[in-house]
Amino acid sequence: MPIRSTTNKDGQSLLHIDGDMTIYTAAEIKDELMTHMAQPCEREIDLSEVSEMDSAGLQILILAKREAERHGTSLRLTGHSRAVLDVLDMCNLAPYFGDPVVLSCNEKKGQ
Amino acid sequence: MSLDLDQALQTYIAEARELLQDMEDALLRLEVDPNDADTIGAIFRAAHTIKGSAGLFGLDPIVSFTHIVEDVLDRVRDGDVVIEANLIAVLLESGDHMLHLVNVVAAQGEQLDAEAIVRENGLRVRLQAYQDNSGMGHAVQVEEEIPLQSSGGGLVETDNWHISLRFGQNVMRDGMDPLSFLRYLSTLGEIVSITTMFDALPLADEMDAESCYLGFEIDFKSEADKATIAGVFEFAREGSLVHILPPHSKLTEYIELICLLPESETRLGEILVATGALTQQELESGLSEQQTSARPDGSTTPLGEILVEQRSVEHEVVQAALDKQTQSKDSKNKESRYIRVQADKLDELINMVGELVIAGAGVSLLAQRVSDNSLQEAASVMSGLVEEIRDGALRLRMVPIGETFNRFQRVVRDVGRELGKDIELIITGADTELDKTVVEKIGDPLMHLVRNAMDHGIESASIRQARGKSAKGTLRLNAYHDSGSIVIEIVDDGGGLNRDRILQKARDRGLIAPNVTPSDQEIYNMIFEAGFSTAEAITNLSGRGVGMDVVKRNITALRGAVDLDSTVGQGTTVSIRLPLTLAIIDGFLVGVGKSSYIVPLDMVQECIELTETDRQLTRERSYLNLRGEVLPFVMLREHFEVEGAGARRENVVVVTCAGQKAGLVVDELMGEFQTVIKPLGKIFSTLRGISGSTILGSGEVALILDVPSLVQQAVNRESQHVSTRQAPHQLSCS
Repeated sequence: MPIRSTTNKDGQSLLHIDGDMTIYTAAEIKDELMTHMAQPCEREIDLSEVSEMDSAGLQILILAKREAERHGTSLRLTGHSRAVLDVLDMCNLAPYFGDPVVLSCNEKKGQ
Repeated sequence: MSLDLDQALQTYIAEARELLQDMEDALLRLEVDPNDADTIGAIFRAAHTIKGSAGLFGLDPIVSFTHIVEDVLDRVRDGDVVIEANLIAVLLESGDHMLHLVNVVAAQGEQLDAEAIVRENGLRVRLQAYQDNSGMGHAVQVEEEIPLQSSGGGLVETDNWHISLRFGQNVMRDGMDPLSFLRYLSTLGEIVSITTMFDALPLADEMDAESCYLGFEIDFKSEADKATIAGVFEFAREGSLVHILPPHSKLTEYIELICLLPESETRLGEILVATGALTQQELESGLSEQQTSARPDGSTTPLGEILVEQRSVEHEVVQAALDKQTQSKDSKNKESRYIRVQADKLDELINMVGELVIAGAGVSLLAQRVSDNSLQEAASVMSGLVEEIRDGALRLRMVPIGETFNRFQRVVRDVGRELGKDIELIITGADTELDKTVVEKIGDPLMHLVRNAMDHGIESASIRQARGKSAKGTLRLNAYHDSGSIVIEIVDDGGGLNRDRILQKARDRGLIAPNVTPSDQEIYNMIFEAGFSTAEAITNLSGRGVGMDVVKRNITALRGAVDLDSTVGQGTTVSIRLPLTLAIIDGFLVGVGKSSYIVPLDMVQECIELTETDRQLTRERSYLNLRGEVLPFVMLREHFEVEGAGARRENVVVVTCAGQKAGLVVDELMGEFQTVIKPLGKIFSTLRGISGSTILGSGEVALILDVPSLVQQAVNRESQHVSTRQAPHQLSCS
């Protein structure tokens, strides 16, 4: 199960995605994520354990964000791992998700 | 990295190696015929494909170096750079370096070591001399074109390229990641701005996680030309929309683009303005103009027509598209002709076929025993089929030797330069096929022999001219089939071997007794003896011994033989005789006493009965009279010390090997037998006269005779007898 569900300190649903978000895992992650998304509540997705991400993984995140908007709930991405940040930067999508992105100070960024 | 990607990478590595080999071959061809456009095209495509695929895997070191090579090749193709020896040398070395890159970066996933980096930098500098260093070429071109195009409407201000991408749904299923195209693109220049388009993403229920719904609007700053940028997306073209607008394109082209893309005009317009591709003003004037000039009949003009009309399609792009088409056609042809199969699967199959042959022989034997006619018939049909399956399976492993030979073009060229000799390599019989395992193992000994022939066989140009030969030396590699074996010949037209010196040396080393006079053949073959090294050897003998014993050992390990012939002043011929396959042979079953032996059928020439008179005569002499011919023979009964008295009737199997004939005297002839060779254990490795064993249908073991060594033995004994009779006083020494 690539997605673990917990609650954070504010009582919101917190989903952890572990491992790769790639074409090989995309179908599974999408199904699981969409099952979670069906419950209308505020939620957070923790991406700190995402080891690899490709276009398929990116699509899932976009889909999740859009679904949340459609249902009028909010979706926050947190703890972006290096792999996720690289992709979001390359596609210039950080503004779309609008989440604060935390950079550790030793990682020098080009932007 | 996941398993499937690993597999794709393996395929890439294998392909890249093949392409580099092709590239090398083509470069060598180019040396002969510098104006062959097809060959130049082939080299370019090889480099291009290697670069393109490396980009997909994110192998940046390969991309960046190959890019330069490709650039130079592109200029060669356009006729801007002329092919000359130095360029070919640089390109050959670049090819070597690319192979190194593939081996290190792609196969091992490591970084280049310091030495390789130094080499790469050296090559880069040398390649740059051929590169378009003005850097202004394209700019000038664009400026020239502007006045021609300006009739269609105003030009936009930005000096960035604009690239619109809408990937096909199957891109990811085809193993490509749209993001990797972006990564590759960013190696060609700077991505000024990028907007990810996901309007095509359907609702969650309808979305297939493995389909691609993404698109990108990119503003890109680069010095690269349109063909290069288009090349980035070459692999994605199918099913994807790729539009590339050069800097300072016409406004109408942007408007055209907006209409072509699936998203709404307003949304795209906003994006273009936001990213700086168009100014607000440009957008507004463009859209309004389009509305006023709406087509009267409401029909749409085909895109191609528009593009041609507006001269917006650059020549290179058309060329790239054509290249792409022919290339994919080529690769499709190749794909349909070949399947990659793992070698061990093939081995397994051949093993099974071997077992099948043995089992089949068992069935035939039983069928004969019960003397049931219909059963025998069925068994014989089956064994016929089994035989065909066996041949088919063995053919799967057969590869033409040409590929191995062609490798030597490069070796001969390089070694020739090193030695300062002009040597031409002539290859014949490249289509001759032999077992893949044999091909793999023959490479090293061949390399040794070829180097030796060049180094020590062929004289320097001045000596050659003094001897009245052409200054250019010739080295031939030839291969042909000969009675169940393949013969590979390495022929040079050099000085030949110095017979007397070898004899002298052999005597000094105690390899030949002082008062024995061996044949020339035997003397020449002395250089294959271990210990016949070069240490103190002199002049034209020197080096000929380097590792020659290793060569011989390698070839013997393949159940082959090596032979050498030489004429002073005319050259040397080394012949390697190898079995076609290492697994199954057609055998001829013979019996001596209670044991069975197998003679490889290809070597059997005829069978004759040993008449009573002959039998009497054999007690006195060691040869038979075969229709007036002297036929040395071996009594297998004596040779293998088979117990029991001789049979009433005996037969002679006449075998031939490497041009020599001999008779094997046996009791019983039992006919043809498909023989699956089972190697003998290590204990038996010193046994002479036996090369392997097999299992008969009855479950008994039969030994396979090592005919070449038996023949050699018979011939030697015979010639010794001859020499003893000629010189009786030498008897004690031999």
